[in-house]
Amino acid sequence: MTIHPPTYRWELLDHYSDATQQRESAKLGMWIFLLTEILFFGGLFCAYAIYRASNPDIFFNAHKALDLHLGTFNTVVLICSSVTMAVAIRSIQLDRIKAGIGFLTATLGLAAVFLVVKFFEYSHKFHLGQLPGKYYTYTGIKGTNPHLFFSVYFSMTGLHALHVIAGMIAISWMIYRASRKHFSARYYTPVELTGMYWHLVDMVWIFLFPLLYLVG
Amino acid sequence: MEMTIPQHNYLREPKGLKSWLLTTDHKRVAILYLISVTISFLVGGIFAMLIRLELIGPGADFMTADTYNKLFTLHGAVMIFLFLIPATPAVLGNFVLPLMIGARDVAFPRLNLASWYIYFFGSIFAVVSIYLGGVDTGWTFYTPYSTQSTTSVIPMTLGIFILGFSSIFTGLNFIVTVHKLRAPGMTWFQMPLMVWALYATAVIQVLATPVLAITLLLLILERLFNIGIFDPLMGGDPILFQHFFWFYSHPAVYIMILPGMGIISELISVFSHRKIFGYKFIAFSSLAIAFLGFLVWGHHMFVSGQSEFASMIFSLLTFLVAIPSGVKIFNWLATMYKGSITFETPMLYAFSFLVLFALGGLTGIFLGALATDVQLHDTYFVVAHFHYVMVGGAVMALMGGLHYWWPKMFGRMYNMFWSSVAAVIIFIGFNFTFFPQFLLGMKGMPRRYFLYQPQFQSLHDVSSMGAFFMGIGFVIAAIVLISSLFKGRIAGANPWGAATLEWTNATSPPSTHNFETTPEITHGPYDFDKVTNRST
Repeated sequence: MTIHPPTYRWELLDHYSDATQQRESAKLGMWIFLLTEILFFGGLFCAYAIYRASNPDIFFNAHKALDLHLGTFNTVVLICSSVTMAVAIRSIQLDRIKAGIGFLTATLGLAAVFLVVKFFEYSHKFHLGQLPGKYYTYTGIKGTNPHLFFSVYFSMTGLHALHVIAGMIAISWMIYRASRKHFSARYYTPVELTGMYWHLVDMVWIFLFPLLYLVG
Repeated sequence: MEMTIPQHNYLREPKGLKSWLLTTDHKRVAILYLISVTISFLVGGIFAMLIRLELIGPGADFMTADTYNKLFTLHGAVMIFLFLIPATPAVLGNFVLPLMIGARDVAFPRLNLASWYIYFFGSIFAVVSIYLGGVDTGWTFYTPYSTQSTTSVIPMTLGIFILGFSSIFTGLNFIVTVHKLRAPGMTWFQMPLMVWALYATAVIQVLATPVLAITLLLLILERLFNIGIFDPLMGGDPILFQHFFWFYSHPAVYIMILPGMGIISELISVFSHRKIFGYKFIAFSSLAIAFLGFLVWGHHMFVSGQSEFASMIFSLLTFLVAIPSGVKIFNWLATMYKGSITFETPMLYAFSFLVLFALGGLTGIFLGALATDVQLHDTYFVVAHFHYVMVGGAVMALMGGLHYWWPKMFGRMYNMFWSSVAAVIIFIGFNFTFFPQFLLGMKGMPRRYFLYQPQFQSLHDVSSMGAFFMGIGFVIAAIVLISSLFKGRIAGANPWGAATLEWTNATSPPSTHNFETTPEITHGPYDFDKVTNRST
């Protein structure tokens, strides 16, 4: 195996002994960060479990207010974006930088589609007054405290949407860096880390979708 | 041979304020943190002194009840989130961890610097909160009061939310550094026990802090939008906040104490000049404490109305924590047995730790027992227990560690006599402050009260006098350390004759890249007979 001298300073920072050590460290760091994200969302999943267990009828009645078609569509969109992300990483690993940029852009576009759909879902609920806590003015759901479902719904999907936006910023940054030829078959760690983060954002949605849209 | 401070060291090169504010050197980040947490400790300490001043008399003496409520809240919040959580990992951990495992830096140096800026940014929110009139909820921010209080809860909780990221990044950095950057030959069981303790601490930082983050976020949402998750009128449950809060905050006390235990392992061995006894037991007990720490949060909630069965389980699990803690204490004692103990200042703090932590731990067992807790819950007994563990444990260890690594950090030795005097004053002052609080608690004095019955006055007065005396001790310690920077004698590479890499293979202060060449691991961290470079 031939050893290439690094093209850029960040391909081998001077406190690492070789590029493999650097890449493995970065990936381990990212795994740990993803773990903190799971625990962060974990609090909300826990709150969901507790309130659903104590108010099963409200969760069942209120979930019908969500648009199953849009939810399903968004789920498909995010799964596709995970695929394009994975292909983008693979392309850059194979030095097909242009293709990589293309797939990263596709991922970015799918993320935008997700947010646009989410925006329409949200504005519809704002319009009807299906809102958390004291802002809840809708009257079409039976049972006491139906707003609890929407408190949980908006907290969970809102936090998830913020993560989608953060992911879009990271993906845009990767597109910019790839276009500046920062990445190659030798050095692609940041793209890989962005991909790991993006898959987690998708995974969270994969759990949110059935819990919120497919109750009962 | 006349010793000199090495020309090339991290303090001198590179020069200029910008080189400090943009540094990625773990040693400089440690110094930045040292300055910040010292300021936090001073601020939190002033709040404590004002509390003790007010409590000299049973009536309203120097301030209003509202001011008093804010003072104890700010004392707790500042001391815990701005001082104790970051203090030992981010200051001493940052400085020694890469050195101890033979690395040139932590795994992510820029993230390390970012964590300091995030700390700084979070602290600004805390200061804004104080400027806007402070918070009066107690550092625990229990709902429903925290959702109703008219004080500036949001800036403070937002600040703590941000500080959490700083803590997470430090922990994440340490875990990866330990896994990936150990020098060749530095196996897991060659690592100093300080590294094991920092590793266990980092695991808690990473796993527990996100739960605090989501808890505080929900509290902020509750205040901003009345989402009702913690509001019983709207179908929510205020007890859920307590569960969430303690799921973080109980492990958090181990974030504060575990690195201290790591320091004590180093100090006891070095100043007994004897190989540590039961190395693996101490190492694994750190991990055991980290693990058990996640399973005991319910012992803060015995009187909250949680099920009796849950309380029994939590009580049992709480008792289990005593086992790894006891394992450590007995191993330290066994290390000292037949050692040739010397009484330098760091060792005095280690002795303080052993006595005070043992008392603090033992009284924790009282509180973990269901029946006694019903009597002692929310009394001064809890306050005393907590301070015995946190000040008597974590702060004593931090002081010991600071005095131990000071000559490595700055290359100069402090005045041993006066620093010892300070250590003794702090020990005596501490006991006068907090031992009476055990008695107050058992007699039924509730915590956080502004006014109290006249029969409690004598004990409160002893406590207040002790607090002022202890404060004098900390001032003397600070003066001794700071003056050593200017006129302390040159310490040399290894003034204590210690066997870990930061002493045997690096200069004092170390060079920017820590080591001339990557250290070869030729002996264990406690093989003192193999040390050849003792400098005094």
